[in-house]
Amino acid sequence: MNGLLVLPVAIPLITATLALLFRKSSAMQRWIGVAGMVVLLVSVLILFRDVYVDGIQVLQLGNWDAPFGITLVADLLSMLMLGISAVMGLIIAIYSIYDIDKQREQFGYYPLLHVLLMGVNGSFLTGDVFNLYVWFEVMLIASFILLALGNSRNQLQGALKYVIINLFSSLIFLFGVAMLYGMTGTLNMADLAVRLPEVENVGLVTTVAMIFLVSFGIKAAIFPLFFWLPASYHTPPVAISAIFGGLLTKVGVYALIRVFTLLFTQDVGYTHTILIWVAGFTMVTGVLGAASHFEFRKILSFHIVSQIGYMIMGLAFNTALGLMGAIFYVLHNILAKSNLFLISGIAQRLTGTFELKQMGGLYKHYPFLAVLFLISAFALAGFPPLSGFWAKLTLVKAGLSLEAYVITAVAILVGLLTLFSMTKIWMSAFWGTVPEKGVPEHFGKMPLFGAGNLYIMVVPVMIVAGLIILVGFYAQPLLEVCLGAAEQLLDPSQYIEAVLGPQ
Amino acid sequence: METILPILAGAIFASGIYLLLRQSTILTIIGIILISNSVNLALFSLGRISTENPPLVAAGSTIPEAPFANPLPQALILTAIVIGFGLLAFALALAYRSYKELGTVDQDQMLKDPEDTSAAIVTDSETPENREA
Repeated sequence: MNGLLVLPVAIPLITATLALLFRKSSAMQRWIGVAGMVVLLVSVLILFRDVYVDGIQVLQLGNWDAPFGITLVADLLSMLMLGISAVMGLIIAIYSIYDIDKQREQFGYYPLLHVLLMGVNGSFLTGDVFNLYVWFEVMLIASFILLALGNSRNQLQGALKYVIINLFSSLIFLFGVAMLYGMTGTLNMADLAVRLPEVENVGLVTTVAMIFLVSFGIKAAIFPLFFWLPASYHTPPVAISAIFGGLLTKVGVYALIRVFTLLFTQDVGYTHTILIWVAGFTMVTGVLGAASHFEFRKILSFHIVSQIGYMIMGLAFNTALGLMGAIFYVLHNILAKSNLFLISGIAQRLTGTFELKQMGGLYKHYPFLAVLFLISAFALAGFPPLSGFWAKLTLVKAGLSLEAYVITAVAILVGLLTLFSMTKIWMSAFWGTVPEKGVPEHFGKMPLFGAGNLYIMVVPVMIVAGLIILVGFYAQPLLEVCLGAAEQLLDPSQYIEAVLGPQ
Repeated sequence: METILPILAGAIFASGIYLLLRQSTILTIIGIILISNSVNLALFSLGRISTENPPLVAAGSTIPEAPFANPLPQALILTAIVIGFGLLAFALALAYRSYKELGTVDQDQMLKDPEDTSAAIVTDSETPENREA
């Protein structure tokens, strides 16, 4: 029992309530927003130490023993995800100080941001399939409102698609939960992991696995189910795009990793073959979509899809190396992807547009911003020695050791195509000439630091770029933690014993 | 009951899918409402229905009188209904708002002018310069 486990959920809730109390005062909201994220990060770090030193931590709420009570479980995978979401939350909260306008602040931007984090953290911690559904809904309702906040035409268009698709995927998920309950009479994940192998009808279990794959697949935006993402993620303000692009799809990936390592391991030959195919198509379609667009954030949105493919590929390998690669890829991708979104926001502040064809000359006037972009873009494409290189290297190594040459070749090729679409942004937005008309007056005159307060947006980007470089040069410790997480996943008996007690 | 409920759930689900595929946003949302209810019914019938005593402990006793019914499916459905209701209320509000803003509930009509990305940016009065004030 570890009471600290409740903190990653409770702190955002308290912060959101406090921020609501000070609805009228923008300044107070901003302070509370940032302070709440700092407290959250500290609590997650303390919890991380506990999990790293003492193994999987469990909290039975209300002192009802599993499988009857509500269980919160933190293993290394949960903690890595919690850690990165807390870091990203803090970065976004700082960035929002300047990026989010007064109206959105007064309509509850900060409370919603924290409720969103509460849902995300709850999904990472819960040890119960039905509670996973509940946390998903908490996360969804906050994301719906964040996406629609502002009521602009294209936001409403994007939000409607996003809302309907996600409601539908939640319903499929709930149906899967119902099937699981009908088969086993329990919903606690550890208890399910014990009882599912006893179900005689393996075909039925595999069917439920596919229902979960579709439902989480919609949330994670895998191959045939990704269409809503590029339609909606480029519409809200950049800070919101960044947290969506960084965190929300990764919650789907986390759920996939969790259920396909803990629950559905009966017919690996069938389910994981499907995962491999899905991964390949996700990578290719995503990157082709990115190559065909000319809007900064649309390119980035399609890249999210393509990068999800790598994570699914690591999961599909189902080896320690593959899972380690997948987990490391999630962490690296949250950093690199969110940072690119944040940079697109700064570029838009400077040039007044997201359309690449109307941008230009950023490198000439803002070389420092160009360097920040290059770091994140190269990390995303997988250049050594940045974080993406280690992520891709691990996955390629895992693929080669399984002799899965085709999917490995696809992964490498997609890396090159990623670089190509990043070059497109670089060529037109950074290298191109300054367009003759439509350029805001402050372009070229407004400094990144000093007057204009733009530094509030630049500093968080610098921090993330620093983290990317740090992870790149000192990858070993993080890779080892990821390997530990992968080994925990491959040996569910640890998880089961932590939750249910010695068997 | 055991035979009627699955058929009912299936029929409602099918109607929901039919409505989901219509052009109008409102019909789509009604479709989601129907599917939501059919999933709740499925959850209920998968929880094994039987005519047994309510799981209540009589005065002076410490355990409920056997055979007692399983209360968990009802608890799950209650939670699912509440959550579903909240989300659908939001979806309807969003549909109403888009009707006001876009002037139509037809999904193809709504998609006109999808390349407009300017509106997502802060309003004109919120340019970096005068925000300082």
